[in-house]
Amino acid sequence: MTEYIALSWLDLAAASVFIALNALFSMLLSLRLERQLLIASLRMVMQLLLIGLILKTVFAVASPWLTLAVALAMTAFASREIWARQERRLRGVWGFGLGAGTMAAAGMVVTVFALTLQLEPVPWWSPRYALPLFGMILGNTMTGVSLGLDTLHGAVHRERVAIEAQLLLGRTRWQALGPVMRRALRSGFTPIINAMAATGVVSLPGMMTGQILSGVDPQEAVKYQLLVMFLIGGATGLGVMGAVIGSVWRLTDARHRLRLDRLR
Amino acid sequence: MLVVEDLRTPLIGPVSLSVGAGECIAILGASGSGKSLLLRAIVDLDPNEGTVTLGGRSREGMPADEWRRRVAMVPAESGWWADRVGEHFAPGDDTDALLAAVGLTDARDWEVSRLSTGERHRLAIARALLLRPDALLLDEPTAALDAEATARVEGLIAARGEAPLILVTHDRAQAGRLATRCYVMTGGRLKAEA
Repeated sequence: MTEYIALSWLDLAAASVFIALNALFSMLLSLRLERQLLIASLRMVMQLLLIGLILKTVFAVASPWLTLAVALAMTAFASREIWARQERRLRGVWGFGLGAGTMAAAGMVVTVFALTLQLEPVPWWSPRYALPLFGMILGNTMTGVSLGLDTLHGAVHRERVAIEAQLLLGRTRWQALGPVMRRALRSGFTPIINAMAATGVVSLPGMMTGQILSGVDPQEAVKYQLLVMFLIGGATGLGVMGAVIGSVWRLTDARHRLRLDRLR
Repeated sequence: MLVVEDLRTPLIGPVSLSVGAGECIAILGASGSGKSLLLRAIVDLDPNEGTVTLGGRSREGMPADEWRRRVAMVPAESGWWADRVGEHFAPGDDTDALLAAVGLTDARDWEVSRLSTGERHRLAIARALLLRPDALLLDEPTAALDAEATARVEGLIAARGEAPLILVTHDRAQAGRLATRCYVMTGGRLKAEA
């Protein structure tokens, strides 16, 4: 590994000039985006500085319980995002719990798999490896799950008459909701499929670019990126399938009825 | 015979009635009185309590999908899930004969989005009859039809065989033509008309 080029605070301040330029254009063109740009930039700075401090402490303490606590906190924030991104949600605890549960289960299974079988740090839960990996997997799974659930709930609400027409003709709930379920699954899978297809051709992934800028050999960085993309793809698929199939199950009952009373 | 006993949902009931083989009963009543909800409860499309039997067999004793093939309901608003009419029907001679009977012989290749409300309704009835149900529940089957199409649908209804029929209609004259008994639904309760 070669020495990486350390950044000064002045470098970062200089880079933020382009955001300020965008805000200026927003004002000149009456886009009214300057306030949002400013708030988003400040929020990003605060969040990253805070997570930098937290990670530094967690790495130094190196406690499995503290590592788990940070992972759970990340899961809670991601779960809130899934909940907020759905225009129509399941009522009650299901509205938060289904997306959160499937995302957390998929993310944790895949992260533990990679930590114990591919990366094998000592100890296996080492926060320096576990938390960044879990974060990347969680972020992508969150996007897939929220898209899948939003598509499913919108379609079920919009196409109630067509779904019930099939139930009235003696189709089961899985047959009647099959087309909307497949549409929701495709919607949840699309971002990760697009990302895998574009990686290396249209875009260089952030993690790989970061490693290369830090002095890692590009071929080693590529190997890490491939590992991460496989893990992200796997976790997203498991999370989306769990959430969408679980929601179809919840939106119907054992007598093959469509239960829109369980959707808000 | 289709027998309904103490059927209730949060919005209707308790409702009890029976319809014999080959018999047709008509249910009249104002919009929002619960007529459609009653049909939905009988086919078990909404959560409900009570007993419904067909030929002595309870609906709880059979899977819901089988129950709905035996007790077919055609709602007032027909549902379509594919682009072309033909995709909603199984291929076969029975389908062709029924499409001819409702006056839509060539409808297989038609796009659903271009069908009129009346055509949709006639096709929905044909689709339900293809199940060869043991009982039939029709919700305003001729509401959007002209006189000729209404006559065709009524002909189909009359030719259904021994299947008990519950007909929800606003049309008193139609109830008089088809039904042996009439009921009025008011505030979710069913009352026999004198």
